[in-house]
Amino acid sequence: MATAHVEEVKGQLPHYPEKATLEGRNKILAFWLFLGGEAVLFGTLFATFLTLRNQTNGGPTGDELFGLPLTAAATFILLVSSLTSVFAIQALHRHKLESLKLWLIVTVVLGLGFLCLEIYEFYEYMHLENFSMTTSAFSSAFYTLVGFHGAHVLFGIAWIGVLIGQLYTKGLTVVTAPKVYVSAMYWHFIDVVWVFIFTVVYLLGKVG
Amino acid sequence: MDWLTTVDHKKIAILYLLGGGLFFGIGGIEALLIRLQLIKPMNDMLDAQTFNELITMHGTTMIFLGVMPIVFALMNALIPLQIGARDVAFPFLNALGFWTFLFGGILLNLSWVMGGAPDAGWTAYTPLSSSMYSETHGVDFYTVGLQIAGLGTLIGGLNFLATIITMRAPGMSFMRMPMFTWTSFVTSAMILFAFPAITVGLVLLTFDRILGANFFDVAGGGNPVLWQHIFWIFGHPEVYILILPAFGVISEVIPTFSRKRLFGYSSMVFATILIAFLGFMVWAHHMFTTGLGPVANALFSISTMLIAVPTGIKIFNWLFTMWGGQVSFTTPNLFAVGFIPTFTMGGVTGVMLASAPADFQFHDTYFVVAHFHYVIVGGMVFGLFAGLHYWWPKMFGRMLSEPLGKWTFWTFAIGFHMTFFVQHFLGLIGMQRRIVTYLPNQGFDTMNLISTVGAFLMGVGVIIFLVNIIRTSMKPIGVANDPWGDGRTLEWTIPSPPPEYNFKQIPLVRGIDAYWKEKMAGNTEMAPSEPVGPIHMPSPTILPFIMSLGIFIAGLGLMFSGEEFSNSFMSLIFNNWIVCGLGLLITFGCMLLRSLYDDHGWHIEPEELEEEGV
Repeated sequence: MATAHVEEVKGQLPHYPEKATLEGRNKILAFWLFLGGEAVLFGTLFATFLTLRNQTNGGPTGDELFGLPLTAAATFILLVSSLTSVFAIQALHRHKLESLKLWLIVTVVLGLGFLCLEIYEFYEYMHLENFSMTTSAFSSAFYTLVGFHGAHVLFGIAWIGVLIGQLYTKGLTVVTAPKVYVSAMYWHFIDVVWVFIFTVVYLLGKVG
Repeated sequence: MDWLTTVDHKKIAILYLLGGGLFFGIGGIEALLIRLQLIKPMNDMLDAQTFNELITMHGTTMIFLGVMPIVFALMNALIPLQIGARDVAFPFLNALGFWTFLFGGILLNLSWVMGGAPDAGWTAYTPLSSSMYSETHGVDFYTVGLQIAGLGTLIGGLNFLATIITMRAPGMSFMRMPMFTWTSFVTSAMILFAFPAITVGLVLLTFDRILGANFFDVAGGGNPVLWQHIFWIFGHPEVYILILPAFGVISEVIPTFSRKRLFGYSSMVFATILIAFLGFMVWAHHMFTTGLGPVANALFSISTMLIAVPTGIKIFNWLFTMWGGQVSFTTPNLFAVGFIPTFTMGGVTGVMLASAPADFQFHDTYFVVAHFHYVIVGGMVFGLFAGLHYWWPKMFGRMLSEPLGKWTFWTFAIGFHMTFFVQHFLGLIGMQRRIVTYLPNQGFDTMNLISTVGAFLMGVGVIIFLVNIIRTSMKPIGVANDPWGDGRTLEWTIPSPPPEYNFKQIPLVRGIDAYWKEKMAGNTEMAPSEPVGPIHMPSPTILPFIMSLGIFIAGLGLMFSGEEFSNSFMSLIFNNWIVCGLGLLITFGCMLLRSLYDDHGWHIEPEELEEEGV
């Protein structure tokens, strides 16, 4: 079956398969709009965090909690995963199904790595530092902002995972290409959000 | 079953109309109960708690579950027709948006029978809405129910944006779009940028109440004013989300029944965009008395008054459209013409309230109540009545009765002014809002009586409208494509009600008011832009319904996760998040199914098109 799909890819697929159909174009446009809404969502969460970040209620402060090596490692992993998702889209444009699948798998694995570091971080704060959702307004804002991002990463991993499965069964077509393209847009978005989190939450918490 | 699985925008419009109409009725009954309680001083018909629940649910229901879905009904019914498209960009999402709205609304209203409705006012100000002051599950129903319903609105707005950007017929540039489509477009953009803020606000409040977070709890370092900022940065744009589509309706109805082009089309478009932009800049005018300081108050005061400029442009353009036209006062046009003075009065009191020093006097009095009911009822509901009477023959293929329509207008309009005009003066002499009763002989007695009688007269108007609908639905379908005779836009070029595929051939648009332009050139129908060919249709699906049901179950599970049940089985499944997880599993499972099985839809062949004799 796999070879048949490769044949189809070489024979018929247009140059930009994600934009070949009206449905695909609609999907990409609507996803840009959706990301606009998501930007407002995270903007509101950031505003909440900035309002409450010094309201520690006698609990731990950001300066006491945060370890920059861990978060720097997480940042590095996530940024690399954005790069690998770019490689995946380049493979899509060159109609290289095998390399597309490979780069998507690398992206998902890096995403999982990031998520493991985040879970470890939360575990450490909650059990070693007694820093939970109910500790202070700062803790509530921290877990909500960073947790929302983490949930987005988790959703992205599940989503791209399903798409990898579809690429194995259906190959690269004008139906699957927009899905892959849109998921890569999503992945970049959560990366950008993380850059802001790293700056506003962790760096500002350490030095600000 | 057909209705549970439909993805056709015209059927979803009817579903929105039914759902919105149902909640509009509930909200109306709540309003009448409030007015009955206030009919005389020291009335003890309702206790204070019930009164608080009624005012909260009246505001919440009317705004989120009443008028917005009816606006969505009109948008769904008309946007694809007005831009010459066969459906919206994402029919599946369209259905999903409706079902999440409905299940969210049902969840919110279940609060009446499941241990107490929300009682913290429709704005749910903290700390009044915190678990310390609102001990029942009422506010949980508010946060979770509105969250689910808001999801539907967001999905709908996104869908309309994509539809209008990508699916306009050939020749229909942005500056040739009908005004209703324009205002719907701008409204959808506002929804996209306003609703995520309330999403976050509701999440934070849910976390405070259910997980013990400290966002708004001063003892834990939180900040109650933060809620007001988040609420109003959504809530003020929401006012324009409501009123802009009504502006669109008026801009369609008045030219049709004046037999003239809309005066100043391009200034109307830019005024709409300007109103939307300014709508986001003025949220803190709801918070003058919160203590933001004179600088913030002055800035928000001035930016609020600026909105009067584009709104004034619109008012004068409507007047100039009628000037010198052959105006016929059909029911839709009565509502449209009635809209202009009532909405203007609401706008004028808006400028009064925008003056921060004056607002310190008006704040939390019936003057404010009168102001926003003049805008929302005198503007929004008049606009909706105009739109529903105008497009009813297009949506259902039957004309509403004109005499009954005129009775609706006069009873509703007179009742409206009786109810709310006197409330300005009640407010000015010091009657507070949200208070369950008042003492006799303070000058409040007579005006409150008049107000209550007026409210019932409005109720009579709505009942006459319902009678009109029922009588009309008995008649057979059979109105012409263009029943008003002066239709200007594309929806009047196709049969009433439109066939499932809307346009047999997508029309070619050659100017503003595309159909009118063809009529003026002596043509009876639009020039097609494509040959007759097979039409691709999306398949019906039950998934949107099940997905929304899943969210509904998850919402219930979330709300009762901390509840102490006497039944151990209930405790087991709720306290361990099993119900919540199950609901999410259903929803995500449906998403997975949707992703795995590609929906290729089906085709209507050209031969079938001929058979239907279109």
